[in-house]
Amino acid sequence: MREKLVYILAIVGAVLLAWNLYGIFTVLPDEAAQGAIYRIIFIHVPAAITAFTGFFIALVLSAMYLKTGDLRYDSAAASVTEVSFVFACVNVATGSIWARIIWGIWWTWDPRLTSMFVCLLIYFGYLMLRKAIDEPTQRGRLSAALSIFGFVDVIIVWKSIQWWRTQHPSPVLSIRTGGGNIDPAMEHMIYRDLLAFLLIAAAIVLVRMRQEMIEREIDSLRRLAHA
Amino acid sequence: MNPLLQALWVARKDLAIEFRTKESLNAAGAFAVVILLLFSFVFDPASPEVATIGGGLLWLCFAFGGALIFNRGFARELPNECLDALLASPVSASSLLAGKAITSFVLLLIVEAVSLFVFGFFYDVRWWLHPLKLFAVCALATWGIAILGAAFGAMTVNLKLRELMLPVLIYPLLLPLLMAAIELTNNLLMNQVTSDSLLWGRVLLVFDIVYTSLAVALAETILVN
Amino acid sequence: MPPAIRLEAVWKYYGDYPALRNYTLQVAEGDCCALLGRNGAGKTTLLRVLAGLSPFQKGDISLLGWKPRSGEARRNTGFLGHGIGVYEDLSARENLRFFATVAGMKQAHSPISSWLERVDLARVADIPVRQYSRGMRQRLALARTFLASPRILLLDEPFTSLDDRAIAMMGELLRDARAGGATILFSTHQIREAMVIASHVTLIEQGKLRYSGVRTQEMLDDPGHLYREHTELGGF
Repeated sequence: MREKLVYILAIVGAVLLAWNLYGIFTVLPDEAAQGAIYRIIFIHVPAAITAFTGFFIALVLSAMYLKTGDLRYDSAAASVTEVSFVFACVNVATGSIWARIIWGIWWTWDPRLTSMFVCLLIYFGYLMLRKAIDEPTQRGRLSAALSIFGFVDVIIVWKSIQWWRTQHPSPVLSIRTGGGNIDPAMEHMIYRDLLAFLLIAAAIVLVRMRQEMIEREIDSLRRLAHA
Repeated sequence: MNPLLQALWVARKDLAIEFRTKESLNAAGAFAVVILLLFSFVFDPASPEVATIGGGLLWLCFAFGGALIFNRGFARELPNECLDALLASPVSASSLLAGKAITSFVLLLIVEAVSLFVFGFFYDVRWWLHPLKLFAVCALATWGIAILGAAFGAMTVNLKLRELMLPVLIYPLLLPLLMAAIELTNNLLMNQVTSDSLLWGRVLLVFDIVYTSLAVALAETILVN
Repeated sequence: MPPAIRLEAVWKYYGDYPALRNYTLQVAEGDCCALLGRNGAGKTTLLRVLAGLSPFQKGDISLLGWKPRSGEARRNTGFLGHGIGVYEDLSARENLRFFATVAGMKQAHSPISSWLERVDLARVADIPVRQYSRGMRQRLALARTFLASPRILLLDEPFTSLDDRAIAMMGELLRDARAGGATILFSTHQIREAMVIASHVTLIEQGKLRYSGVRTQEMLDDPGHLYREHTELGGF
């Protein structure tokens, strides 16, 4: 059942992504000011939204784990965080490529970039902490606590953007601007890509969750053998 | 017994041990001074620019020196399994954690005071123009470092790579706090207190409140597992 | 009278591995129960769960009617683990005063002095523990554990690595504590000594309860008997 779900999610996500890419490269026109490179926004923005959706879900799952003690929540939180981390990396990488073309530099210490970087470091710490703890129950509790600390920090870091001058392009989605900042066809494509990303992310999360559970089972068998 | 009183007793015990052995105080103080020295090679120490980057310089010293202090906080409980004895005693986990934070807070403030004098001496910066405001900034930011240091010290106390993990975990989280502290200290060193200062002061306050409540709320989870 | 220590179908997991499996045990007030089992059977885990140092996942535990880890339970419990739980850089008096104060003991001074006398550390009470011999540290650890006159004592292999004098002192302290109505649960490998002290015995194997009951004369005469009769793996 679970395996079927993984395949369905992955296939639907991949097909949707392929269809989107076709649209992005052949149907949508170049943007007036930026030319062809603007297309990276269709990866950049959905990747960011996927990552932060994931980090938020991980926060909820971590809290659920602490509340119930059910290790399935812990596996889920860890898998979601890992996958979100990858999408956050995609976001930074695509942004960097775009910046090289448009701004002429790979990186600028703009607050939004800086906060994304900090966010990556925080969740890298989460993944590192998990690696450092052998006992699954202890690992679950500590990494859940770290997930809560980390997410709260991401909010504080993110908030501080508003108090700094930013050279990052302002938000484009109508949901944040009230519309008018982007062509509806392009905005539509961002959402379509987001859907594809979320589906693919969900598929990977399910695979990772399965691995986490197997890992825990191996750990328990090892304990049994040593006992 | 009142939880706050318990925390104070834990801190009192730790400070008594620390003042007797001076293990982290000496290390952190010396380390902070060494960093101050090293910075003199990074830029021209005689230039008037120093005041404009002085805040950053100081807070990097404090943050790095702080790592040596809060690293020891829970590690002090490891010999003889004192941590178990304490956790099994009527001291609540949150009191224990708060006690550790108070210890780090006091020790780090001492290191900061020493560093400030050394800083004024080496770089000819008049940091004493707004003594009360500077103290308030130091106190607020140091408490943030101390409480986060205690929470993460508790989290990593049983790990083999404790000393390595702790800085990697904690510095990204400290970023908003350090940003605010640097900004405020710079303003004070340059003798220009602006309306922005209030905003950054509020960041410090929010940071302290949020993380103190989180640390107290999660203390049991972190320590009992 | 309700039992002082009561475990109802307790399960404790490390990840998916159950370290305690459906453990049910009752120790009546004033009893002295020996917790026996091989290395890795779950003795330490059981004691740590009771002392509130480790959470359990299923079942129910009550210590004098309180949940483990609750303030009341901790106030009424003395725990002595593998470590002695005293600070090297404080003196014996400072160590005891610290633990007495955080335990909320009023006029903390007098019991400390009498405990120092009792474990024969009065003469060196103000020297840092760092300079103590092994036996002196162990006696200080005993004083710390018994200091607040706990009604429940949880002792994890209290006789291991004790010198003869400390063992004698421990036996005496346990007797006195029982006479004062305290309930004792201790794990041990020294099965012969355990049988002499214990009024009851519980046997754990792979986290499961194998036997629980009164210590009989038969056990006292032949300590190996219990293992042969009640473990799947047989004798020693």
